[in-house]
Amino acid sequence: MVCSEVIAGIKNIFGAFEALSVTQAYADEIRIKVSPRLFKDTCLALHKMFSSSVYMLFASDERRATGVFTINCVFGNLKQGQWIIISIDIPQDEAYFDSLAKSIHSASLFEREIWEMFGIEPKGNPDLRRLRLHNEVWPKGNYPLRKDFQKLQTGDLGDYEFDRVEGDGVFEVPVGPVHAGIIGPGHFRFSVAGEPIINLETRLGFTHRGVEKLFEGQFCIEAIRLAECVSGDASFAHSLAFAQAAEKISGISIPKQAVYLRAIFLELERMYNHVNDIGGMAVDVGFSFPSAYASVIKEALLQLNDSLTASRYLKKVNTVGGVFKGLDENRKQILLNSLKSIKNDFDELIKILYSSVSFMDRIDTTGALRRKTAEGLGVVGLIARASGIPADLREYFSVVYKEAKFKMATEESGDVLARLKLRIAEFKESIRLIEVFAGKLIDGKEISVHPEFKGGRALGYTEGWRGPVLYWLEIDATGFIQRCKVVDPSFLNWQGLSYAVLGNIIPDFPLCNKSFDLSYSGGDL
Amino acid sequence: MLQILKNRILKGILTRRIEPDSSRVIAEAGLSVRQAGSELRFLIRKKFGRSLHIRQVDTGSCGACESEIISASNPIYDLQRFGVNFVASPRHADALLVTGPVSKNMLIALNKTYEAMPEPKFVITCGDCALGCGPFKDSYYVCGAVKDILPVVLHIPGCPPSPLKIISSLTAFLKTS
Repeated sequence: MVCSEVIAGIKNIFGAFEALSVTQAYADEIRIKVSPRLFKDTCLALHKMFSSSVYMLFASDERRATGVFTINCVFGNLKQGQWIIISIDIPQDEAYFDSLAKSIHSASLFEREIWEMFGIEPKGNPDLRRLRLHNEVWPKGNYPLRKDFQKLQTGDLGDYEFDRVEGDGVFEVPVGPVHAGIIGPGHFRFSVAGEPIINLETRLGFTHRGVEKLFEGQFCIEAIRLAECVSGDASFAHSLAFAQAAEKISGISIPKQAVYLRAIFLELERMYNHVNDIGGMAVDVGFSFPSAYASVIKEALLQLNDSLTASRYLKKVNTVGGVFKGLDENRKQILLNSLKSIKNDFDELIKILYSSVSFMDRIDTTGALRRKTAEGLGVVGLIARASGIPADLREYFSVVYKEAKFKMATEESGDVLARLKLRIAEFKESIRLIEVFAGKLIDGKEISVHPEFKGGRALGYTEGWRGPVLYWLEIDATGFIQRCKVVDPSFLNWQGLSYAVLGNIIPDFPLCNKSFDLSYSGGDL
Repeated sequence: MLQILKNRILKGILTRRIEPDSSRVIAEAGLSVRQAGSELRFLIRKKFGRSLHIRQVDTGSCGACESEIISASNPIYDLQRFGVNFVASPRHADALLVTGPVSKNMLIALNKTYEAMPEPKFVITCGDCALGCGPFKDSYYVCGAVKDILPVVLHIPGCPPSPLKIISSLTAFLKTS
């Protein structure tokens, strides 16, 4: 789609639309600037036009250069592999904008984030409680992502108000932040009447480490190491999205060999995590043999990663401009041989699970997230696909995946079983893809190019194993980062979990949780 | 059931033989920890026999350390054979294993978890972030490293430390006299 088509499309729905500027910054990125009073209606028009949820909504502090804050809202035109970015300027003394939350639910979490980090008020958002800067420890009036934030000023502390469910026989079960297992911290508050859960409120932010602020001022090439630490089990997806954003800005195109290698590593990451989740589902219903079996497969994959890249979690593999580590003939053979035995083991694991009637009975219809709810919430990635929404960035954006005839898997029922089936299908597809990509590797060809930096901004994205990982990157002319906005799929998908568990019993919560398997650190940043 | 039996027999025993490489681990950990280490060994022998129960707390890690700690209990590394178990409650724990830099939001939870543990108790840190906050050192939302908040007797280095490293660090203290 070219700019004029998008404009015509918006005008069709919203007649009074008028753009201040329209640019096609990159082939996959159209940027439209509007005046603040048209922001809401323009976003609604795009939401309708592409039936896209809000993938990103974030602010930037550009007061030093232009005297204003900017708000950017990113929609996905998946079918045509494009991102549409609506932006507005907000003067410092009128720090507010029209909230989208009541019309597009997926915007609401982002708006709360903007409010707590920048102090820009989304007018009309019914819920402005803080997400990450907990009231108990962070005084009012401190906005850490503003450029002039230096030191924490003392001020009033407060409390967090949970949603209350009232009525006869309703009681609350608070869980966390420290859980019984070896897992990240988060607080879950169940409201229960009898057995079924009638409300689940998740309060997160416990692992907030101020990642976005830490990116600022770092040199682009070094900052990729920080991207790897945003979510440790998706470190390759994060470094890849970051690298792509930086490469877009510097205008280099990376060698085809590096693209294949990155795809191989991305699929390896998907595989070890999917098999881990399958094992996790088994352990959460007390079925220990398959979970041990799955952990053996996971270990085999981690050791494979280690022997290919010298890192079990694929850290320090990616760089801006390509990859550090190629696969020579010898390593390629190790990869293909290991995959063969892993595939056999995986097939056995699935047989064990499918032949257990009690296991299948436990996961069937448990934790169902209906398609309509999923669409309304704007959940993304694997969780969306399990509820029947065909959304996979690999399908729409990637040339090499198209070459390899990537087949997107979807399920309809949105329950734990659907998510299990989807993980199984994706695991098998990953093996096939790696074999295809490995066949295209040529030993000795160049796998990275040197990036030259010029100032600019761009959106980097990739489909990690949980879903789309998005990086908005702004760098200055010398390659230092001015702003980096990170969106891990967990951020949007946590609310999906709150709806999926409704009507289920508390003992099934771990199972539902594991079938989502979201990242605490990725969501909390 | 038949599937399970078949696979159990075909797979055989996967568990690796692991010798605790104590000298290397202690050399890497540095002198101050070595002194603490001898106390720790004495403590474990005297108070806990050969069984050590650990409660893990994540105070802001990226999740990779957790993944490796879980891997240390898989059939290949089988940490339990050395008498080390992970428990669900701090009330059952001898040691607290902390990962990640300490985020402001986790400070209270970390202190409460430590207070809930019965004496004698000690703290182990796992991963580079827990030792010096790693890439999160200058963050506005990080209170500091674990050692600034609780007395730490053993550190397991790495980003993340491999299961082998975790096991050899732990067993080095348990086995050597």
